Amino acid sequence: MVQALGKITISSVRDLGRAGWFLFYSIYMIVRRPGHPAQVLKQMRFIGTKSLFVIVLTAAFTGMVLGLQGYYTLTKFGSEGMLGTAVALSLIRELGPVLAALMVTGRAGSAITAEIGIMRITEQIDALETMALDPFKYLVTPKFIAAIISLPLLCAIFDVVGIYGGWLVGVKLLGVNPGAYFYEMEKAVVWRDVYSGFAKSFSFGLIIAWIGCYKGYYAGHGAEGVSKATTESVVLTSVLILVWDYFLTSVLL
Amino acid sequence: MIILRNVNKSFGSQKVLDDLNLEIPEGKITAIIGPSGEGKSVLLKHLIGLLQPDSGQVEVDGESIVGLRRSRLNLIREKFGMLFQNVALFDSMTVFENVAFPLHEKTDLGPGEIRERVLSALEEVGLKNIENKYPDELSGGMKKRVGLARAVVLNPKIILFDEPTTGLDPIIKSAIHQLIKDTHQKFGFTAVIVSHEIPDIFDVAQNVAMLYKGKILRQGSPSEIKNSDHPAVRQFISGSLDGPIRLI
Repeated sequence: MVQALGKITISSVRDLGRAGWFLFYSIYMIVRRPGHPAQVLKQMRFIGTKSLFVIVLTAAFTGMVLGLQGYYTLTKFGSEGMLGTAVALSLIRELGPVLAALMVTGRAGSAITAEIGIMRITEQIDALETMALDPFKYLVTPKFIAAIISLPLLCAIFDVVGIYGGWLVGVKLLGVNPGAYFYEMEKAVVWRDVYSGFAKSFSFGLIIAWIGCYKGYYAGHGAEGVSKATTESVVLTSVLILVWDYFLTSVLL
Repeated sequence: MIILRNVNKSFGSQKVLDDLNLEIPEGKITAIIGPSGEGKSVLLKHLIGLLQPDSGQVEVDGESIVGLRRSRLNLIREKFGMLFQNVALFDSMTVFENVAFPLHEKTDLGPGEIRERVLSALEEVGLKNIENKYPDELSGGMKKRVGLARAVVLNPKIILFDEPTTGLDPIIKSAIHQLIKDTHQKFGFTAVIVSHEIPDIFDVAQNVAMLYKGKILRQGSPSEIKNSDHPAVRQFISGSLDGPIRLI
């Protein structure tokens, strides 16, 4: 019993150390040898451009539901003119960064783990090493750079589409004054809100690339190893995003 | 020259290499033979630092590669080319890109020169007009030959072959053996081949070492190994079921 507990503790501390080292070395490599711009662009296309559709779709519906819920709540206080502010602040400060990151985790984070995991089990990573090439430079750093650039951009698109989703429901459907919707928003939203949203999505990009690459890089054996790594990657990334979000909010508030 | 001294390696409770000693002579083709699952690939990966021994030394041209920093290890790895058991071609790249990759990364050659060298390397392994195909569109034998082209394209000093002919038909097998012999004659590299191809490998190699129970049981010229009186060596070469080597 004590032995088993010790074994679990040792292995989790070792995993944690390895993951920490992985993050540290990745950042070091980004500074030292960022890799080919073509590779970074290719990854941005994959993580960023190809996530656009799902981001726009989720953003529109999130904004629309915020419009509905916000209207329902605000009419109780007779202040449905504040709908624009409510929608914009919830999106910019919180839902934009978090939902965009969760969508990208499901779409790109899992694919990153699967891709690197398959390269691991088919010895393609070993092949890079035997050519005296650092696998981090070819596989890991381009994904890190692409993720930390793409996430804030996707988040910005999420915010804008969401705000118009709220406008569609609030103004066009439920008849909130269109001037009030945008005027109140402009008055209430300050740059600080936007910065904090960007800081969040920047760090979420780092988390997605970190866990996605790390889990793939140390995938176990065979197809089962890769599938396990992919599942763990998505679950761990999502949990970390939410935990880190709370931490960051409490600091940035 | 590659020297292994008292190398030990275990995976969990399973001891794979047990106080192993081996010298791989420079400029010759050395074959490592032995029953399946005895750790021949593990031994090969120690030579290039893909695996590190639990204890013992691995020396390449007089320099120990155990516990070396990555930058230093990479300098030594530049002497090597390696053909993996499963070939390990980059599956998101075409055949051309696979063979061109080491040239792009390690030389200053222009696109024209790279193209020339890739096509001539592919032609040397008997492949034409497949450079735009992806690895999963190729047969096993073709993949092995692309892997071979990728391993030799930088003219390395040392080439490691992990079962270059396993699973191939007899004609392609002979062709690949011939190819290794011819290119060796032309460039004079040091080669280490892990192989099960008995007796063909005796015509290819100049030096044969048999790995058994984590140690090098016998090492010598092909004729010395063929005429060895060690019961395990005799059993392995004859493929007999009777002898010290047990299947289970």
